Amino acid sequence: MADWLRGSAVYRSIVRHGTADTNRNRSLVIFENLFLHVHPVKVREKTLRFSHTYWLGGVTLVSSLVLIATGILLMFYYHPSVPQAYRDMKELNYVVDNGLFLRNLHRWAAHLMVFGAFLHMLRVFYHRAYRPPRQFNWVVGIILLILTLFLSYTGYLLPWDQLAFWGVSVGTNMAKEAPLVGEGIRFLLLGGNVVSENALLRFYVLHCVVLPVALLLFLSVHIWRIRKDGGVQGPPSDVDDPRPEESA
Amino acid sequence: MSPSPELHVVESTDPLAVPRRVALVRPDTRPTVRRGDERYVMTFPHLIVREVILFQAVVIALSLAAIVFDAPLEGIANPIETPNPAKAPWYFLGLQELLHYFPPIVAGVLLPGLVVLLLAVIPYARINLTAGPLWASGGKRTALALAAVTAALFALFAVFGCWPIAVPTLLTAAAMFAARGGARGGRLRRALAQVTLPEWIMTWFVVIATLLTVIGTFFRGPGWAFVWPWSGAI
Repeated sequence: MADWLRGSAVYRSIVRHGTADTNRNRSLVIFENLFLHVHPVKVREKTLRFSHTYWLGGVTLVSSLVLIATGILLMFYYHPSVPQAYRDMKELNYVVDNGLFLRNLHRWAAHLMVFGAFLHMLRVFYHRAYRPPRQFNWVVGIILLILTLFLSYTGYLLPWDQLAFWGVSVGTNMAKEAPLVGEGIRFLLLGGNVVSENALLRFYVLHCVVLPVALLLFLSVHIWRIRKDGGVQGPPSDVDDPRPEESA
Repeated sequence: MSPSPELHVVESTDPLAVPRRVALVRPDTRPTVRRGDERYVMTFPHLIVREVILFQAVVIALSLAAIVFDAPLEGIANPIETPNPAKAPWYFLGLQELLHYFPPIVAGVLLPGLVVLLLAVIPYARINLTAGPLWASGGKRTALALAAVTAALFALFAVFGCWPIAVPTLLTAAAMFAARGGARGGRLRRALAQVTLPEWIMTWFVVIATLLTVIGTFFRGPGWAFVWPWSGAI
């Protein structure tokens, strides 16, 4: 059956290479696939070790994928208006099939993404993987960390419960303190002087459109540059460390 | 920098005895230049299989968490009824804790702005590329500078009563001094002796950020007063 399927004209038109039983076909798996071809055909064996990266960037990436999937499903049930937003939470919790599970998954994946991004940054720092030629990718990573925090923060308001309202009030009051631009930024962000229905709509648009698009753009750059810079960089012992000759 | 070895021009027709090309590899060139004898494996299946396993492990772990723990949902937002304490999401509680000690412009704008800026320029500061172990060169001047900086930072944060920063500053400095001459000490001190200045600074930052976040999350009750997490007043 599987052989018949693989031999069929339709299958051959989609997947052009044969079974991945030769290195030639294994190469084709990678570079004939839009999604996999960001990988090189061969990778350094060392980079597969757990202690090389602790897979922290991967954990962050997977949680962002989970967030996109669950987020889209949540959008089917959510109205960014007062008080319907809060009623939608109750609907999700008590009426929608697996609605509570969906919301939980989105929530915990969000926490994992923030935490994972932070740990990933520390791993890269202590492994000194920001060294040339990777300097700018470190900066892209910092931008991604900030985008992640803003994504999480804008999502925090959407349930429109007490936790959300006051959490965001506290945060935006801090933004107000920035000299000259603070008040303006806060007004722009909230669509008013206090957290209100306008703020909910703005945070919704930021959370579901603006920030995810920005995140995907910078994420693409981040991952593409890993490839261009010769793959993931592990601990300093992975390469000839410039330390000894410099400090001798 | 060590002095460069002297270079000679040698004329020869024997390619085995005399290298015909000399590659000058600067310390900041890409690592792939430096090592050619690495083992490579096919991305498919070796890497792809690991990525799939990682994906599944994370999704399963998150699903289990989502089954066991419910996302919080309180009463509907009410602008008139301020909860006490009103807390930001956990990753901002370190900042909110700072607000307790410093004027808002320092805690809300200056310090976070400084942290982001310093993080962003890490790869462009030369010390982060070349630093060796802190005490590699004996270090009488290092010790003096470290003592002075520690005293200044401690005094600064103590004036504001910000002990969650002042105390870790002292402890970090103590660990840094313990690393001095650690090459001849036990295992822990030998490990400490290898730590570079940027690594010490980052560790100092991480300890403080973690401590502030933990205090803000678990030890702050009504009126942002200190409470024990088990007192149920958070």
